[in-house]
Amino acid sequence: MSDKKLSLEEVDHVAMLARLGLEPDEREMMREQLSSILDHISLLQSVDTSAIPPTAQVITLQNQMRADDVHDSLSLDEVMKNAPDSEDGMFKVRAVLE
Amino acid sequence: MSELINRSAVELRDLLDNGEISAVDVLDAHLARVEAVEASVNAFITITDDVARAQAQAADQRIKNGTAGPMTGIPVGLKDILCTTDAPTTAGSKLLEGYRSPYDATVVKMLREQDALFIGKANTDEFAMGSSTEHSAYQFTSNPWKLDHVPGGSSGGSAAAVSAQEVSVSLGSDTGGSIRQPAGFCGVVGLKPTYGRVSRFGLIAFASSLDQIGPFARSVEDAALLLGAISGKDPNDATSVDTAIPDYRATLGGDLTGVRVGVAEEYQIDGMDSRVEESVKQAIGELEKLGAEIVPISLPHTEHALATYYIIAPAEASANLARFDGVKYGMSLAQDNLLDTYLQTRGKGFGPEVKRRIMLGTYALSSGYYDAYYVQAQKVRTLIKRDFDEAFQNVDVIAAPTSPTVSFQRGARSADPMQMYLSDVFTIPANMAGIPGIAVPCGFADGLPVSLQFMGRAFDEATVLRVAHAYEQNTEWHTSNPPLDAQISTAS
Repeated sequence: MSDKKLSLEEVDHVAMLARLGLEPDEREMMREQLSSILDHISLLQSVDTSAIPPTAQVITLQNQMRADDVHDSLSLDEVMKNAPDSEDGMFKVRAVLE
Repeated sequence: MSELINRSAVELRDLLDNGEISAVDVLDAHLARVEAVEASVNAFITITDDVARAQAQAADQRIKNGTAGPMTGIPVGLKDILCTTDAPTTAGSKLLEGYRSPYDATVVKMLREQDALFIGKANTDEFAMGSSTEHSAYQFTSNPWKLDHVPGGSSGGSAAAVSAQEVSVSLGSDTGGSIRQPAGFCGVVGLKPTYGRVSRFGLIAFASSLDQIGPFARSVEDAALLLGAISGKDPNDATSVDTAIPDYRATLGGDLTGVRVGVAEEYQIDGMDSRVEESVKQAIGELEKLGAEIVPISLPHTEHALATYYIIAPAEASANLARFDGVKYGMSLAQDNLLDTYLQTRGKGFGPEVKRRIMLGTYALSSGYYDAYYVQAQKVRTLIKRDFDEAFQNVDVIAAPTSPTVSFQRGARSADPMQMYLSDVFTIPANMAGIPGIAVPCGFADGLPVSLQFMGRAFDEATVLRVAHAYEQNTEWHTSNPPLDAQISTAS
């Protein structure tokens, strides 16, 4: 996995997964920089972890339960006040389905 | 009243409680300091003097009524990634310019309920991603010791504001060193508590298995004071832990007889500044003089911590930052269809470092790479944590450098992300294991502070603070202030 340079197609694929619109010069820069960072972090492949479980959490918390009580919550006005666009107390976006 | 900026928070507490000064006096002294130095330091994105003025009046009333808390009337800086209802919260990002949170972070609420004085929202690398605060979309913050040097990061504004005496104490957040490293660069105390000690509700999330909020101060005792004020279980943060909170200030004092201090060979690396190495060596000698037993230990997986971090943290960040979609809040660059709105908003709204990390994290989690990168990193994380578990069978704290170098000049590490990431090589392991770590001043190199780090067992901040306090009280490093006035008068 190391010493492999990402292709521009891979950069585009990951950018689309992440919903990041990149400019042409950014694509090239990402390709260079991510390849170099991946090169460095690929060293981890050399560690023998065959008998090691992945970390799930670092403290020993058990399930956190609470009573199913009704509490006050934020008002709709407060929640919506930062919305770029809204209508009738709902976030407004472009239609996804025609 | 200008001498009030030289007082520690605990000294101010006594003066306020004895009625010798008022909270309005404290506020005026600190706002005058902000007025004098902030144009050179640029620690704050937003100054909230109106908020602080109302709090000072309420604080004086509270003191008169006998209902003052530990933080009543104490000037505080808040990293601008902590949500506040009465000031914008930007996370250092253009994407959140003008964002006004409908709720306070729990730590903000706890301080607000005591009428601490909120002086301002401190600069940060965008979404806390960086080690120099140069990735803020708003401004560069200067290191008060040398104005053309960086304050460290990501909580660089919080560190610089305390160092420059604009506030007594401040809050930052630490995901891979973002409290301890800037504290070290600015010559102040910075504490990352145990994961779960302090509620993260209202801290804009970066990497949720690593993030923790903690204090900056000019003395260990002040850090202990602020830690006590923000610790505890919060129903709004399911990862906060319901465990006893010691009176941290009361545990300070005494020598180090019987305390076992671990020193790991893995914390000496190639490329380390020899002056840092020398200062830390001398500090360990000092601990021995104070009665501590120095125990050589090994943390064999330390060398893998950085790579592990740069998989896990970006992976979590890529998921956490999916919420910035231009629909619910923040910047929105509306296009003809929803997908293009996402692409444009996120492509233009995020800065280069944030995009780099989102890309890295998305890649590590993507089909075909998940096991090789993410799962492997979580397994190595287990090994890193086990190293600490084993070490703490034989020692009470571990002493190490906070950072391999002192502060660097602005721009010096901007071209190469990997070079910047190396700043955090000694702070990342504590986040990986969830354990507490504190940075305290331990020397100077060419007028720039050197910093010593103590790490301790999970939820044993008391021992970490006690050892740091004993070291601090027997050395002079914490007593000097940056030559800020001289630098400002030379520049003007």
